[in-house]
Amino acid sequence: MSDEHKPGPYDDLPEPAVRRRRLNASLIWLVPTLAALVGLSLAVKAWLQQGPTIRISFASAEGVEADKTEVKYKNVVIGRVEAVDLSEDRKRVIVKVALNKSAESFATAGTRYWVERPRIGLGGVSGVGTLLSGSYIGADVGDSQERKAFFVGLENPPAVMRGAPGKSFVLHSDDLGSLDIGSPVYYRRIRVGRVSSYQLDEDGKGVTLRIFVDGPNDRYVTRSARFWNASGVDVSLGADGLKVNSQSLATVIAGGVAFQDPPGPHDTTPAAEDTRFTLFADRATAMAPPDGPGQYVRMRFDQSVRGLAVGAPVEFLGVNIGRVVSINLDYDAGRQRFPALVGALLYPQRLGRAYEKLAAAAASHGGEEGLLGTLVAHGLRAQMRVGNLLTGQMYVALDFVPNAPKATFDPRAKPLELPTAPGSFDKLQEQVVQIVDKVQKIPFDSIGRHLDDSLAGLDGALKQVNGQLLPQLNRTLEGAQQTLHSANGALSADAPLQRELGDTLEQLQRMARSLRALTDYLGVHPEALLRGRQDAPPPPAPPSPGRKP
Amino acid sequence: MSAPPRAVELGLVGCTVCGQVCRAPGPLAQAACPRCGAVLRRRKAGSLARSWAFLIAAFIFYIPANLLPIMRTVSLGDVDDNTILSGVVELWVKGSPDLAVIVFAASIMVPMLKFVVLATLLVCAQRRSRWAQVQRARLYRLVDLIGYWSMLDVFVVSLLTALVRFGFFSEVEPLPGVIYFGLTVILTMLASMSFDPRLTWDTDKDAP
Repeated sequence: MSDEHKPGPYDDLPEPAVRRRRLNASLIWLVPTLAALVGLSLAVKAWLQQGPTIRISFASAEGVEADKTEVKYKNVVIGRVEAVDLSEDRKRVIVKVALNKSAESFATAGTRYWVERPRIGLGGVSGVGTLLSGSYIGADVGDSQERKAFFVGLENPPAVMRGAPGKSFVLHSDDLGSLDIGSPVYYRRIRVGRVSSYQLDEDGKGVTLRIFVDGPNDRYVTRSARFWNASGVDVSLGADGLKVNSQSLATVIAGGVAFQDPPGPHDTTPAAEDTRFTLFADRATAMAPPDGPGQYVRMRFDQSVRGLAVGAPVEFLGVNIGRVVSINLDYDAGRQRFPALVGALLYPQRLGRAYEKLAAAAASHGGEEGLLGTLVAHGLRAQMRVGNLLTGQMYVALDFVPNAPKATFDPRAKPLELPTAPGSFDKLQEQVVQIVDKVQKIPFDSIGRHLDDSLAGLDGALKQVNGQLLPQLNRTLEGAQQTLHSANGALSADAPLQRELGDTLEQLQRMARSLRALTDYLGVHPEALLRGRQDAPPPPAPPSPGRKP
Repeated sequence: MSAPPRAVELGLVGCTVCGQVCRAPGPLAQAACPRCGAVLRRRKAGSLARSWAFLIAAFIFYIPANLLPIMRTVSLGDVDDNTILSGVVELWVKGSPDLAVIVFAASIMVPMLKFVVLATLLVCAQRRSRWAQVQRARLYRLVDLIGYWSMLDVFVVSLLTALVRFGFFSEVEPLPGVIYFGLTVILTMLASMSFDPRLTWDTDKDAP
């Protein structure tokens, strides 16, 4: 089995050209080495980018998909959902999120997560972009350094992002009204902020809200700013017609808070963060001067209190200074009457400048009660008046009644009792009653009876006229018509009278003509009267009608 | 002398390009065909080493090719990144099982088949095994034939990228995975090209 055994036929085969060997085959191992390096670099990169893994608990996983839903902060992707599982008690959904390495600070306490979905609320539409791109998990980083791996997701996007310019303030109110987290805050009807949270007070007797006013508009919240609940519609029927006043339609439905500085001189220093304010029920209350302490007074009315409700205003010379707080009936055994006891709270400070002067004057009259006594002596009385003619609602007016009957006033009584006077409406009622009485005295019955008799007589007379006079008149007229008819026949052109009259006239003409011939002949021949007619030429022809004879 | 004589035994070597038969050069010499000038060797130089190298490189790249997304489809703002496997699953779920099977065969089965077959061939050739020589030769021809056909994914992605450009409504973007997949296919092709099928028949211990 060697070359020497079979030399023959291959000896003439060519010798191959011999070259230097160039490449060592072992260099080929560079290729897998390179591949390994690339693969390794990929692995290292992936490992380096591997951030913390966190779990977020949500009420529902709607719109959240594993491996797809992203976690975004300021619309920058900072992580991705890895898995969506149910919690052990199956009440919540646990979303496992792999954060990017650069987003490590988002795995700290205080970070908030929520699912950004399209939301259509009364306050507007949000997250429209997610309609097409799908939901994502929004994040808002906290300022804590404490690491945390489990979070409870918010059900709604937070109203205020951390680090947003602006200030937050605390409002105190009796109730929440229609406000909610995210309800707008308006300044001069421009939306400048929103309600960020609310909670019941410790004692459960009020609600504390936090609002956030965006910068730079937060500088308009001054120390004396007044906040009010802008969710209502103010409908006022005034001398200039019907006025409807509200912030915006959305506010009417969804609620909102408005604030403004009170008119007049006030402190315009911007309020500090977390300043506490009172949230008033409406704008009018908010803008009214501060009430100060209330003073309870009682009034005794000898009339029906129909139309007077608890809460009805008490006005002093047209200025609202208080409200009715109680209405009760009393029994006066001596007069067998049921007077109404009306209790009212008065806020004298609402009188403003007048109050200050009165307070100064009160000092010289022996205290406030003494001053009130003087005013009563000058005719200050409480009256019930009609506030609204349509609904019959009443209010209590404190006014100076001229020629008021003298009233007793005990300045030391507790509570203070104000003398009353019958309301002007009662006088009007009396006058109306008098008019009605007079009208009632008119003898409508006998007037009616007499009128009836007269009408019956007239009816008999007319019957007579119809039955007797009219047939006779009819006959007379018929006779007259016949007379006229025969006269008409006599006068017609072809009547015999006419014809005979024509013949007669013709005869008469002929006679006249012969008479003229006779006179003419006699004129020429007077002798003929004696001798008779001689033969003579015939008399000239009768003249033509145009020629004079 | 049952087996026919081999070129080595006769001290001859054939040019792989033009078929010229020459006398075998010295054991370490690098020879060229006197007729066409092509490199002349008994067996492909370092065939096993090259094949192994390419195969290992291909296998390394096959990992990121499957882990990284190969394609991003944007339809109506809905961004969807797909790896090869998730694409197959999605096709299956969304009602195209036939397409899913094709993609699965071309992108998962064929490369895996190539890895297994080439590794088997290399191991057997290294051990000079006499096991199933004819079948192994057939397998090699099969692998060589399949060649670039497993580039299907790369073709699909590049075609879609070029064709689907409707901005917001629909858009297809290639992602790094497709590069690694392409590299895997190319490297397996190189591995099968580097393999000298004649090694299948070199069973003698003293053969070159």
